[in-house]
Amino acid sequence: MKEKETENKKGISNWIDERLPVFTFINHNLRDYPTPKNLNYFWNFGSLAGITLVIMIITGILLAMQYTANTEMAFDSVERIMRDVNNGWLLRYIHMNGASMFFIIVYIHMFRGLYYGSYKYPREILWMLGVVILLLMMATAFMGYVLPWGQMSFWGATVITNLFSAFPVIGDYIVTFLWGGFSVDNPTLTRFFVLHYLLPFAIVGVVALHLVALHQFGSNNPTGIDVKSDGDTIPFHPYYTVKDYLGLGVYLIVFAFLVFFAPNFLGHPDNYIPANPLQTPAHIVPEWYFLPFYAILRAVPDKLLGVLLMFAAVMVLFFLPWLDKHKVRSANFRPFYKQFYWLFFINCIVLGWVGAMPAEGIYVLISRIATLYYFGFFLIIMPFLSKFEKTTDLPSSISAAVISEKFDNKEPSSAESYVK
Amino acid sequence: MLSKPFYFFICFLFLFTVPNSILVKAATSNVDLIQQNWPFNGIFGRFDKASLQRGFKVYSEVCSACHGLRHISYRDLEGIGYSKDEIKVIAGEYEITDGPNDEGEMFLRDAKMSDKFVGPYENDKIARLANNGAYPPDLSLIVKARAGGADYIYSLLNGYKDFPENFEVSEGMYYNEFYPGNQIAMPPQIEDDIVEFDDGTIATHNQIARDITSFLAWTAEPELESRKSLGVKTLFFLVLITIMLLGVKRKVWKNLD
Amino acid sequence: MSEKDLKNKDLSDSVDEEKRDFLFITTAGLAVAGGAVTAFSLIDTMNPAKDVLALSTTEVDLAPIEEGQSLTVMWRGKPIFIRHRTSEEIRTANNTSVNELKHMASDESRVKNPKWLVVVGVCTHLGCVPLGQKVGDNKGEFGGWFCPCHGSHYDTSGRIRKGPAPLNLEIPPYDFVSDEIIKIG
Repeated sequence: MKEKETENKKGISNWIDERLPVFTFINHNLRDYPTPKNLNYFWNFGSLAGITLVIMIITGILLAMQYTANTEMAFDSVERIMRDVNNGWLLRYIHMNGASMFFIIVYIHMFRGLYYGSYKYPREILWMLGVVILLLMMATAFMGYVLPWGQMSFWGATVITNLFSAFPVIGDYIVTFLWGGFSVDNPTLTRFFVLHYLLPFAIVGVVALHLVALHQFGSNNPTGIDVKSDGDTIPFHPYYTVKDYLGLGVYLIVFAFLVFFAPNFLGHPDNYIPANPLQTPAHIVPEWYFLPFYAILRAVPDKLLGVLLMFAAVMVLFFLPWLDKHKVRSANFRPFYKQFYWLFFINCIVLGWVGAMPAEGIYVLISRIATLYYFGFFLIIMPFLSKFEKTTDLPSSISAAVISEKFDNKEPSSAESYVK
Repeated sequence: MLSKPFYFFICFLFLFTVPNSILVKAATSNVDLIQQNWPFNGIFGRFDKASLQRGFKVYSEVCSACHGLRHISYRDLEGIGYSKDEIKVIAGEYEITDGPNDEGEMFLRDAKMSDKFVGPYENDKIARLANNGAYPPDLSLIVKARAGGADYIYSLLNGYKDFPENFEVSEGMYYNEFYPGNQIAMPPQIEDDIVEFDDGTIATHNQIARDITSFLAWTAEPELESRKSLGVKTLFFLVLITIMLLGVKRKVWKNLD
Repeated sequence: MSEKDLKNKDLSDSVDEEKRDFLFITTAGLAVAGGAVTAFSLIDTMNPAKDVLALSTTEVDLAPIEEGQSLTVMWRGKPIFIRHRTSEEIRTANNTSVNELKHMASDESRVKNPKWLVVVGVCTHLGCVPLGQKVGDNKGEFGGWFCPCHGSHYDTSGRIRKGPAPLNLEIPPYDFVSDEIIKIG
């Protein structure tokens, strides 16, 4: 071993490392980085989100080389990508479905954090940076959807930018400012393209901060208990690198299936009709990942209140660390929180569903109840449970939890042999 | 352990997309479309080239009087099995405005392989004027741009009926049970033997509707065949490497026990 | 882990040693291959697209070009120089000894009809467009074209005679459709 070390010191990598400690950095953060040994597959979604961001940026840059941000040419330039550019259809379908995959991954990542209390002390800023990433993603996705300049692009842009007209006095000025004119038109398209290209790099920056914050205290884990000894952790490499690769394989299978066999499954047919400012499509629906928020917007009969409530639905996430101050992190040991959590999860699905339905009849009632629960969960149930919920017995350490799991799941003989 | 997040993932996807498919049904005026077993459906789907060529004939002899195909170039016809020489002949039948020439004037010339399909109208306004105010949509993307896709187009072409009693009829409109609102400005166009197929296929109403729909499915997604064949290869590769990664992962983690 | 696995486990097995394992190597190899194919097909989108490649031929009517005059037309985004040469110009081009040329080529090998010279109007040095098409342009020391960027002189056959350019002006593929119409491409 010693010989090897001295040999390494002479190497070129060491020469570089002394001056610019990249290898030390990689070693600390990706190799030796001590990670709780009991992470389950829900901890794969962070790296998957990072990989998806990279995929989106690469395909996005290549698409931008072919796309024309002009109302006269945007639609045709996208069709040219689909028909004439070498593998252009692949490029565009990866980017288009990649947006949906990104949100699926990030939503699962967030529900993971919500279940295991990953937003609690000392990871509050880590969580809040995550919410910033979500906000940036939403803005980027919305503006990206406008670029093909189809019917849904145009009317989606019109409806969403008009949300800002709800604000009294300054509302109309804001909308005209956003448009750069008196309707969604060429200036709007151009600035959306520029911002759609720019924001992902802002996301990369916030992701870097997200990682710095993560590595300050390390990953949370399914028990929610802090790491107490070296026995509780394993080095990130090779254990979690290989696990991340495996997760990536499964992820890419689902992703590829969408891209190659159902590329328009998550899209809307109306977006293959060029934008027509004189004719609104019969059903305007946002992309699926905005549906829950869209449902909250429509649940309220008042325009301003609806808009405020929709923004509040994301903003409330910033305050999570102070709404839920229960000492125990993992929902596994919080019998009541667990029930409410799953109800909240189903509630979000319901919100997404009513968001796609026409805003009439029974759907309005459902969306109102679901909106009430959405906010009730954060603002009433969480603070209440923080004070009064009694937890089940916690394991004494991560290692203890791992061992007891093995006892629970295995045949007695196997457990005995393990003890030996 | 692997299956749990995977199912979660699938459920998530599914739950968010069910509303989408319900909407698709709602948009098609609550009538079930006529389902056809298209050869281009499914993972191994391929186009029937003979049907596409018949469909192209239907388009050029019937549809092209009112509908354009502005995203398609004559050279693209290689994709449905025509040779370069055949395409030059086809393109040569159309005239295209080019210019200005050295005298500063626009002139007509024969279309070339690299040109886009020549449309029936100079501009949208003339198109509306010629059609009672209704605009005959461009057909290049029609299969992708309508909920229900190829089945919807096929159903629409087979959906013309007499007006039911008590139905408010507008001037110059036709009843179609699959069109949203049931009143369509396009008159029924297809009838038996309206075209004569070069390959001897009998030009029944259904045959014509089927062939033109196939052709339009191709114009909407000319990349379909290469997409699906690349997809099968990609998925094969990904499944293989994922299984191998599962082996690697198990081997690495065995060190912990 | 089943009981059997646990018992059979070789404790000396360190991760480092397992790197050499066949499964590891094949998996890594396959992943690299897959990544390379993906990278290639994505980068391939930057190559000329089908519509660019299909940009076809240009037909030029030569009738209006009088003797001694030149015409510039566009083909694939580049200027094509067509010169209706005078008999004087043809003679000088023919009388030049091929051996004293930097890029050896006879005038005959560069024309289909000696009256008409058709060349790509891009200097073979660094891609500027040489002067000499318009009346009053500097035609260089050899009466052909002169590139103002770095001073290359071309003769009446479009051959490089003086200056830094290494090659003669390129001849595009063209054919005479009739006596007075050529088709470039």
